[in-house]
Amino acid sequence: MAPISTRIFSTPKPIAAPLGFTAVLERLAWMAGSLLALAVLWQLIAVYVQNKYLPTPITVFDVLWRESASGDLWINTSATLARVAVAFVVSMFIGTAIGLALGRFKTADKFFDAWLILFLNLPALVTITLCYIWFGLTDIAAITAVALNKIPNVAVNMREGARSLSKDLDEMAKIYKFGWWKTLRHVTLPQLAPFFAASARSGLSLVWKIVLVVEAFGRSSGVGYRLSIAFQEFDVSTILAYALAFILIVQAIEFLLLQPLQARVSAWRR
Amino acid sequence: MASLNVANREIVSGAAPISVSVHRKVFPPVGDRPAQLVLKDISFEVSPRSFLVITGPSGCGKSTLLNIMAGLDRDYDGSVDLGPARDRLAFIFQTPRLLPWRTVYENISLALPDGDPRQSRIAAMLERVGLGQAMNAYPERLSLGMQRRAALARGFILEPEILLMDEPFVSLDEQTAQSLRDLLLELWHSHPTTVIFVTHDRTEAIQLGTRILRLAPGKASVMQDVTIDLTEAQRHDRAAVLAEQNRIFAA
Ligand SMILES: Nc1ncnc2c1ncn2[C@@H]1O[C@H](COP(=O)(O)OP(=O)(O)OP(=O)(O)O)[C@@H](O)[C@H]1O
Ligand SMILES: [Mg+2]
Repeated sequence: MAPISTRIFSTPKPIAAPLGFTAVLERLAWMAGSLLALAVLWQLIAVYVQNKYLPTPITVFDVLWRESASGDLWINTSATLARVAVAFVVSMFIGTAIGLALGRFKTADKFFDAWLILFLNLPALVTITLCYIWFGLTDIAAITAVALNKIPNVAVNMREGARSLSKDLDEMAKIYKFGWWKTLRHVTLPQLAPFFAASARSGLSLVWKIVLVVEAFGRSSGVGYRLSIAFQEFDVSTILAYALAFILIVQAIEFLLLQPLQARVSAWRR
Repeated sequence: MASLNVANREIVSGAAPISVSVHRKVFPPVGDRPAQLVLKDISFEVSPRSFLVITGPSGCGKSTLLNIMAGLDRDYDGSVDLGPARDRLAFIFQTPRLLPWRTVYENISLALPDGDPRQSRIAAMLERVGLGQAMNAYPERLSLGMQRRAALARGFILEPEILLMDEPFVSLDEQTAQSLRDLLLELWHSHPTTVIFVTHDRTEAIQLGTRILRLAPGKASVMQDVTIDLTEAQRHDRAAVLAEQNRIFAA
């Protein structure tokens, strides 16, 4: 017997459903409250321990202020963000293309599956060092290294999406003569959107973490570079200040860009 | 065949009949399930503008046969010739198959080319199938019966020359089903349409069809192929329908 409906069961549900205004406020209040509690705890411990390697949150904010006043913070974060953006776009694009091809062509999938597993398990450190050795200490090498770490993830995710494309809807599009463009836009892409969104969100956090490592290893700008200098000086305040700044930026991107986008593409869900 | 006792219901034009001939349709083995022979030696012709009803037990291969006729399944031994009408074919599937991320209106609109004059008739068609209020709703928020009606509107709006329908009126209340049958007949009268209609409902089969093809259980082959002998007036007469039903299904 045929299935009762053509609902797509296998798509990942959006992590955050579209929230009402009061719900957003409540969530923000909880977040602010718990972070404040963490800061107070940290302050208490730091005051109690009195160790120069555990600065108080106030000291860290001080350093943050100084770095931003001198302009260093902006130069370094913008350099890092630029690398994150390029690496993110490149790996989403290539990873999606590979994933869709593998989901579509069975023979290719059988052949490249082993490659994918290999690249998935290749330690980031190995790709980074090899890229620098082979391509020199350049931005191209840095971005290639980051992309090589992210692409397999995206590919696996999008392959799952391509495999779960509904044959029923495809036949419907054929009967009603959608043509390739209408099919892509109204049938295929909406089915892939949740997989793409999931890859994008997990991708962003992975990419920025690896970008920092890449910068620490072989670039002379960026947050990663600044952190490696701070490490040489055992300057914990600077390390924490930069970490804080970057967490704030990434959270802002997540909150202001990715979540609303995901809410919009899943407006049709029950 | 196609006797004229159904007078104005069946205008035998000069157009070529649809001819279907499936020698073998086998589904390849999946997992530990062996290969399955589903259709065997089914061949028949459908004259233009006729209304062919296909019945048969669940799982005997009716949907498979429609898929083959629609050109969706080309993996079979045999041939199907729909003639020039093949370019104006609509298929009401057994499930609604609407795009969940498009509204009901958009779902219908997408079935028509951009800028097609029929685009302007979508609202009226949705009104006809009782979805005037649900035009801008997303399909998953509608009942199954409402989704079915949206799928019917999508097929009807095309004013197709060949209309394949796979149990289109199940899960609807009798009154709605009857009004949709009337709509179907109206469409069939006003446009030169050949209808191939799968149903389990014997009364519905007799009321609508000009001919019935009964498929045998198991490896489906044609068990019975009869012309329905009713005038237009008799189709609305319960007793006459019942008598015809007994005549045909007694065999
Ligand atoms: N894609 C498929 N792969 C393998 N077997 C299939 C496939 N589709 C259908 N079948 C098998 O073919 C047979 C006929 O299926 P079909 O859907 O054509 O039946 P049906 O007559 O339409 O039944 P119903 O009245 O329940 O809709 C069934 O035994 C089914 O298991
Ligand atoms: Mg069926």
